[in-house]
Amino acid sequence: MSIRYLIRRFVFLIGVLMFITLFTFLILRISPGDPVDLMLKGQQEITHEDIKRMTEQLGLDKPFHIQLYVFASGVVKGDLGYSFYMKRPVWDLIRERMPATLELALFAMLLSFAVGIPIGIIASVKQNSLVDRLIMGLNFLGISMPSFWFGILLIMVFSVYLGVLPTMGRSVYGQYPTHITGLLMLDSVLTLNGKAFVTALRHLILPCLALGMGYSAIISRILRSSMLEILSQEYINVARSKGLSSARVVLRHALRNALIPMITVAGLEAGSLIGGNIVIETVFSWPGLGSLIIGSIFARDYPVVQAGVIFFALVFVLINILVDLAYTLVDPRIRW
Amino acid sequence: MVGGIKDERGLKRNFLRLLRDPTTVFGLIVLIVVFLTAVFAPLLASHDPGRGNLLFRLRPGFWSSLGAPGYLLGTDMLGRDMLTRVLYGSRVSLLVGFGAVLLSILVGGTLGLCAGFFRGRFDDYISRFVDWLMAFPLVLFLILVMGVLGPGTWNLIFALTLQGWIPFFRLLRAEVLSEREKAYVEAAWAIGRNSWSIMFQEILPNIMHTLIVLATLRMGIVIIMEATLSFLGLGVSPHVPAWGSMISASRGYMQIAWWLPVFPGLGIFFTVLSLNLLGEGLRDVLDPRLRK
Repeated sequence: MSIRYLIRRFVFLIGVLMFITLFTFLILRISPGDPVDLMLKGQQEITHEDIKRMTEQLGLDKPFHIQLYVFASGVVKGDLGYSFYMKRPVWDLIRERMPATLELALFAMLLSFAVGIPIGIIASVKQNSLVDRLIMGLNFLGISMPSFWFGILLIMVFSVYLGVLPTMGRSVYGQYPTHITGLLMLDSVLTLNGKAFVTALRHLILPCLALGMGYSAIISRILRSSMLEILSQEYINVARSKGLSSARVVLRHALRNALIPMITVAGLEAGSLIGGNIVIETVFSWPGLGSLIIGSIFARDYPVVQAGVIFFALVFVLINILVDLAYTLVDPRIRW
Repeated sequence: MVGGIKDERGLKRNFLRLLRDPTTVFGLIVLIVVFLTAVFAPLLASHDPGRGNLLFRLRPGFWSSLGAPGYLLGTDMLGRDMLTRVLYGSRVSLLVGFGAVLLSILVGGTLGLCAGFFRGRFDDYISRFVDWLMAFPLVLFLILVMGVLGPGTWNLIFALTLQGWIPFFRLLRAEVLSEREKAYVEAAWAIGRNSWSIMFQEILPNIMHTLIVLATLRMGIVIIMEATLSFLGLGVSPHVPAWGSMISASRGYMQIAWWLPVFPGLGIFFTVLSLNLLGEGLRDVLDPRLRK
């Protein structure tokens, strides 16, 4: 990993964040709805002075470039502004909601790898067999189904009809573990709270399945095709003819090389996992950043939307840098 | 065309090869059915999609003895006919899917052709812009844009094009970069053809097949996006029956009326599945390099 590469990557990251900030800022300011109107709507006896005062309070009377300057200089100082609607610092809101989103995304990702990698390997080793066809067929169904619909089907089957799993939220009142990291699963393990662990796990299963379905379908598809390409190469024949066991050839010689394209795609598709997160949070009333952003867009709560979008973009760019790093771990030939 | 590799016989042969694969044929048939449904929805539907009969609220369909006569797939919370609304829902999905993909091809395809062909500064600028745009997670971008534009069919097509052109740009740029070095392009230069005619009359026909495959597969993705945005309340305007918004509206009634989310979802599922099957089939036939 050369320093030059890291610097280039870092400059790109800053550039992207600036671009996204500017874009988000611009598009929210040209939008037709007025936050002051929305906030005062339905309240009795509003005078023009009230509206004027509120507009001034929120800084919306200032020219566009001043507003941008105020926001950008705030971001640099770590101050993301103040929510118009919830009357609280945006940073507090994000800090509160972030663990829920992180927990969901993390477990969905783990689940997709745990499912996607083995079935990708099996499908490639048993190419054109019944198992392969079945896996690829299911895969096809998986990528043709919108995740929110799959989530609703899961709710209907497991919550409404079988009544075995909860439909919404992260846990139930009174069963939250002591707050340490905000990740309920981790916190309940750290505090040795078995009951909280089970409750959190039960809440996590359905959203994870809904979010992970599409992702694991993509992972297994890519892995299968790159495995097939590698399994037909000379050095695999050499390894086999040396008398190595089939499992060793597949797992040590083929899989390691097949992981590179999979990691690339996993990184690229991380964006869809982030997007999927927003949608799935809405389906399962998951109190994360996604549902916060959706609510804030409808309320025209500019500071929250801006901060939320920048946060997700930052995560996305960071994931892509991690993907680059992962290449060097998997394939020592690659050096940046 | 100077060194064209396409001919009438090849086209026919490809089409016959396409018909040999049963899953592709299945995809094609489903797609044709959905298309005809969308076109003839007013003739096929037995009710008004926007008008309900409150006396027949949340009635099941043909599978139950409680069903109201004449409502094959039951009714929704306002007593509207589910079958009618599912049929009409295909219009939104296909219109938005087709419109957004077509616009994306026009924008992305043209830019990609030019960038790959002329290279230089033009290519640099656009490629860099694309890199930056791709750092924006797609759904987040769409939610933001639709949140600002407000619901509406044309807004939706516009928003989906804003990022939908990128895959077409990337594909065509890459294809043109390799095509422009080939002998038939050189031959075209040699006989004095100008850049535009080489681009559109020589190179474009030769890379058309990859474009068709990508367009088919993209349409499935765009339809899922449309449904997702409609589900979030950011899609078409609320009184237009769209599959995504029908599923969203059904959320409060899941316990008593399973058919409310199931049928519109099946609509999305089969439409996207048919496009994916057709796209894969086309890829196998038209793009042998990618055949696995």
